[in-house]
Amino acid sequence: MSSVWTKINHLDKRWIYLFVLLAVALPLILPINLPLSPSGPVMSFYKAIESIPKGSIVLISNDYDPGSKAELYPMTEAVLYHLFKRNCRVVMLSLFPAGPPMSERAVARVTEDLPNLQYGTDFVNLGYKDGREAVLVEMGRSIRSAFPKDYRGIPYDSIALLKEVENYSSFALVISISVGYPGTKEYVQYAQGRFNLKLLAGAAAVSVPEYSAYYNSGQLSGMLTGISGAAEYEELIGRRALAAKAIDAQAIGHMVIILLIVLGNVAWFVTKGKKNHE
Amino acid sequence: MFQRILIALLLIFLVSVSYSRDLGLIARDVPNDAGFAIRLNWQPIPIPPNIHIHRFYLERGVQPEGPFQKVTDLKSDDTSYVDDGSNRNPNSLKPNTNVWYRLKIEYAMAFRQGDSLLVDTLNRVIVSSETVGPVQAKPSWVNPKRLIVIFLITIYFLLILFFTRRARKGLSLFVRKIAGLSALDEAIGRATEMGKPVLYCPGSQGVDNIQTIASMIILTEVSRRTAEYDVPIIVPLMSAFVVPVAEEAVRSGALNAGRPDAFQPDNIRFLSEEQFAYTAGVSGIMLRERPAANLFMGAFFAESLILSEVGFSTGAIQIAGTSNVHQLPFFVVACDYTLIGEEYFAASSYISKDPGLLGTLKGTDWIKIFTIAVIVIGAILETFGLTGFTKLFEIQ
Amino acid sequence: MKREIPLAILLITGLFMIFQYFVPHYAISDIASKIQQWAIIITSGAALLGIANLLRVSLDQAIARKQDWMYKWVVIVSLVVTGVSGIVGGIEPGTFFNDMIYFHMYTPMASTMYATLAFFIASAAFRAFRVRSWQAWLLACTALLVMLGRIPFGKMIWGDFPQFVDWIMNVPNTVAQRAILIGAALGAVATGLKMIFGIERSWLGGGD
Repeated sequence: MSSVWTKINHLDKRWIYLFVLLAVALPLILPINLPLSPSGPVMSFYKAIESIPKGSIVLISNDYDPGSKAELYPMTEAVLYHLFKRNCRVVMLSLFPAGPPMSERAVARVTEDLPNLQYGTDFVNLGYKDGREAVLVEMGRSIRSAFPKDYRGIPYDSIALLKEVENYSSFALVISISVGYPGTKEYVQYAQGRFNLKLLAGAAAVSVPEYSAYYNSGQLSGMLTGISGAAEYEELIGRRALAAKAIDAQAIGHMVIILLIVLGNVAWFVTKGKKNHE
Repeated sequence: MFQRILIALLLIFLVSVSYSRDLGLIARDVPNDAGFAIRLNWQPIPIPPNIHIHRFYLERGVQPEGPFQKVTDLKSDDTSYVDDGSNRNPNSLKPNTNVWYRLKIEYAMAFRQGDSLLVDTLNRVIVSSETVGPVQAKPSWVNPKRLIVIFLITIYFLLILFFTRRARKGLSLFVRKIAGLSALDEAIGRATEMGKPVLYCPGSQGVDNIQTIASMIILTEVSRRTAEYDVPIIVPLMSAFVVPVAEEAVRSGALNAGRPDAFQPDNIRFLSEEQFAYTAGVSGIMLRERPAANLFMGAFFAESLILSEVGFSTGAIQIAGTSNVHQLPFFVVACDYTLIGEEYFAASSYISKDPGLLGTLKGTDWIKIFTIAVIVIGAILETFGLTGFTKLFEIQ
Repeated sequence: MKREIPLAILLITGLFMIFQYFVPHYAISDIASKIQQWAIIITSGAALLGIANLLRVSLDQAIARKQDWMYKWVVIVSLVVTGVSGIVGGIEPGTFFNDMIYFHMYTPMASTMYATLAFFIASAAFRAFRVRSWQAWLLACTALLVMLGRIPFGKMIWGDFPQFVDWIMNVPNTVAQRAILIGAALGAVATGLKMIFGIERSWLGGGD
């Protein structure tokens, strides 16, 4: 028996990789539809969108690239769907060079479900702008000067929706979906207080400890964190999609890691006890 | 016909009411700013039943009698706005210029039909608020709300200066052992024994990031030692702008060691500005060139665990340092030693053993004691409802 | 002079940027804004520097057929094809760059790299969370609780599990985070001051 524990103690990491692969892949192929209940920050996020008047203009900053697509793209789609369902109009931009196509893809997917939306009147993609914090501050003064053209090269003044957009004060909400720098933290530090934004955040799960402080202080009016936040939000808006599928995989993945930690410790204790005995 | 008469009567009533209504518009200069902003506040505008606010906007003029030009559209429930002219458009607010403001409301009749609201936009009535002014956007030379910061920076600098001088005069300073930095020699020694290179990753940010700057200082020291031991040092970079700085740091290290020939420019390698392309590139270097020691010093994000796990699989001794708190757990589990937060910034002083630089560590310790004291006093006073002390440290 | 001139530039710009934080007047903030714009322009231009370095290092090794030279050709060809297709054909939806390179090559490759984190987290956790001391016990137990509380199973076990986990994240976790952040911030300020006032000069190089 102890030889089994010794083997577990020195388990080849490729076995661990196999367990993780199965734990993540199987629920994606065979969904188990785990029950979801929204947490406080997710509920606040949902309520913030529900509370704005229909027809409001909302800014979404998609500050991530394909590397973090798996974690952040589902919430982009869900947020867009919710906003369009409420007849809100959306201006999108990105502080990551590889971010704008993510916005394009998300809108294309959502407009498959809501086909009457028009580019230029219902939504606009301003694309990417280099300059990080400087761009955030500049937008507080003039969005036109920060983005003279949109992602497709159309001049700012030729776009109907943008005729109503001057600076942050034109937006009922600003939503930052971000994976790192520049992202939500920079929106809080350089724009939220300075320009009095109602700011919502969608963030990678690893940022939760850092952004919780901003949510608790009221600088963020709502927060979706990682796949679990996105899945709870999908449940709230009644559109179970990418995140709801992924949360099954994440939950089973977590369970496997928990199991591995416990197993690793038991094996370590048993083999240590044996060594001491010898 | 009857309906039209009703609309006309209602609008006449509305006009008469609104013309005499004072919206309580107040315009004030925004204090402590560059001189381009005026804050406006007003009472919520009244919306009688069946009346729709078609447009609501703010106007500004340089004479009380006009002409006025539109500043911005407002939402019907807005009660404040900051007229900010810092975008310097021709029509924007200018500093030190007298201006007058007024609000304009365009009322229209509205009918509810089922779930939808029908607005009769053809019959509108434009109502003006009172005109307020003159008011000027005045630039400020000093922001008193930030003076506490200059006070603290001055104290901090004086402390650093004081201890630096004392250390240079020969007073010995006790600096506790930082295991991760003491292991640096072990790591380079091992690379020497194995005849393998040392890998140095300065994080994923540019030279405008203080962590990258600190990393370049550490790199100078590390490359001095690798040059002394004749061990190649590979520096893969994610920010193009760091390339010349890293080249200079490694060249300086080699020069300081008296071995200028040890500097190999081909080992300072820009890989990609894309996070995971860079991660794949560094992983490739680890797997192909098998460095004996991996040093991760700088600002890292999601690549931290991938890099340190690949490094672990190659059997390299690994030392990490970052002040990106959310990446610390990954480095702690996968690296042999991790410099946490301030230890990372103390590294250059610690490695060089330069008395002047060690003095700065002492200065930092004293300012830390001061910070702790302020936090404790502030927490106690706040608990008893005394907010004056905390307000001293508020900045805007 | 090689040391004095950079030191003087750093001292003047460093002090000016500290000074402008306390002086909001547009006469000062305009200059600060210009300095920041220069920084953006210079940083953007540095992309060329990076490409030049990448090409120099890769071409040298590829032409000289040094170790792993074939990978260097992959890098060079990828760089040229990506750059030319974006500059010539554009980057909008429907272009070769957007559809083929971005969505069909770059996106899956970047996602794959990110996904390897799942495997690395599992193997690192299996190895690292050995409870050798009471601190390690505390760490491992907290990690298990947080992991469990973040997934639907947590709520199935105990209805208030997510709230309990939120408390762990908001109270003990935030306390530790802030302590590390304050220490790091003081260290960062000290590094800045050391450089501005010339106490730290190693970055200047060893020449005269």
